[in-house]
Amino acid sequence: MTRYVMAIDLRRCVGCQTCTAACKNANATPPGVQWRRVLDIESGEFPDVRRSFVPISCMHCDEPPCEEVCPTTATKKRADGLVTIDYDTCIGCANCVMACPYEARSIVHEAKFAYGDTPIASESVRFDPARISVSMKCTFCVDRIDEAARTGQVPGRDPEVTPACVNSCISGAMSFGDLDDPTSNVSRLLAGTQSFRMHEELGTGPGVYYIWDKG
Amino acid sequence: MKAKTLKAGNRIGPRQQHHWDWRAASNFIAGGAGGGLLAFAALASLAGTDVRALLLGGMALIGAGLTCVWFEIGKPWRALNVYRHLATSWMTREAAVAPLLFASGAAAVVTGHIAFVLLTGVCGAAFVYAQARILSADKGIPAWRHPRCRPMLVATGLAEGAALGAVASPFVITSAAGQLAVAAVTLGLLLIRVLLWRSYLAGLRADGAPEGSLRALAAVDGQFLKFGNLLPAALLLVAALGAPLAGLALIPAGLIAVGGGWLIKYTLVRRAAFTQGFALAHLPVRGRGPAGAAVKPGWGGAS
Repeated sequence: MTRYVMAIDLRRCVGCQTCTAACKNANATPPGVQWRRVLDIESGEFPDVRRSFVPISCMHCDEPPCEEVCPTTATKKRADGLVTIDYDTCIGCANCVMACPYEARSIVHEAKFAYGDTPIASESVRFDPARISVSMKCTFCVDRIDEAARTGQVPGRDPEVTPACVNSCISGAMSFGDLDDPTSNVSRLLAGTQSFRMHEELGTGPGVYYIWDKG
Repeated sequence: MKAKTLKAGNRIGPRQQHHWDWRAASNFIAGGAGGGLLAFAALASLAGTDVRALLLGGMALIGAGLTCVWFEIGKPWRALNVYRHLATSWMTREAAVAPLLFASGAAAVVTGHIAFVLLTGVCGAAFVYAQARILSADKGIPAWRHPRCRPMLVATGLAEGAALGAVASPFVITSAAGQLAVAAVTLGLLLIRVLLWRSYLAGLRADGAPEGSLRALAAVDGQFLKFGNLLPAALLLVAALGAPLAGLALIPAGLIAVGGGWLIKYTLVRRAAFTQGFALAHLPVRGRGPAGAAVKPGWGGAS
């Protein structure tokens, strides 16, 4: 079996938002929609204060609540753990948006472009009308993962078949790979560190692990 | 270290959902009341009452709610795709009940056969239950997924149905005993509703919820208690005690009780619908310092 997950080392993240930009570039998301973003949390009381950066996106859960509530089967969980949306089946009811505890999903009802109503050249080429009025979210760059099956490359090791955000991370905070493969980089990383998953108490089994200390 | 002061830089804490607007709320408002009315009509039919007008009213309310939802969804011409996930989706199940409900309701109105009336009542109750399950399955909204939300929603749907029955009873039920029974049933359902409402609020506070949800629900609590329940209860008592023109008291009592239910459902679906927000079980170790305490901004109550 294969279970693709992401491990994010919060000790390393510097909040540069390069992953956010890389995601927008790779997936051509409209203005105001970020499939990947980085939370900036300031906590504590002076002088004992701290600032933490937390990259977030779809968690590609083991038990995705979005899939359970979807009335159309547009949202599906694949055998390799990726949660996908069929834009041609989705009716845009937003039930999945309500079900997701990670605010990972967006619905845009009209075409939006960076500079008003007229798309710039790159937006014209990459605009996908199928995404209007349906639910959308991070795919873990599913097209790259699928490419790996054709080329024999390994997601998480070979950049061509690894999510764009992971490739872009300047501090090496983000890792991707197969959790069921004990030799994968994420398996070895998680085995040697302490990590948590967000909102685990909700029983969703998120596929993103946040590393917060050494093992 | 106390993680007491938090600066919510960019959408860290819970925020109000904006994807479901008044059109989605209308489905829960009108559909819940309509389903409750159908269930009440089935009950009343057992006493020999001609409930065809009530059945038409219930179906009209459910139809209006579903129409509102149809205008809300992003791809209305694909709406029939809603029937594709009966295995786990309560939205599919709600949609699946609707055609059966309308078919049996139409048959009941045309033939007047008790079997169709009872089947329509069962479908109405199932519709109310499915709506409550839709909200409770939405894990992203803590105020909806709370285990005490579901029974409260079912209770208010049935209470609203009985209250609408009370409004209609001076016109469809001629006997004083019949009107007395309607007043008693409605009174009992209002009592159950208000108890479940208070239990729901207490549960939310005890278990913790987004501060915005607690604020929005607390803001309507007093109005709901006084005007949505106590006032109609007093009017229903007047009717039950058989005062002069008592039957007419059922009309304002029912209307006010229905309004109270609609107020809390609108509040729940729109104003109190705050997302989970984000939380960290541990703040990361930086340099040689220790890890920070857990953070969960924007939550109130016991959490």
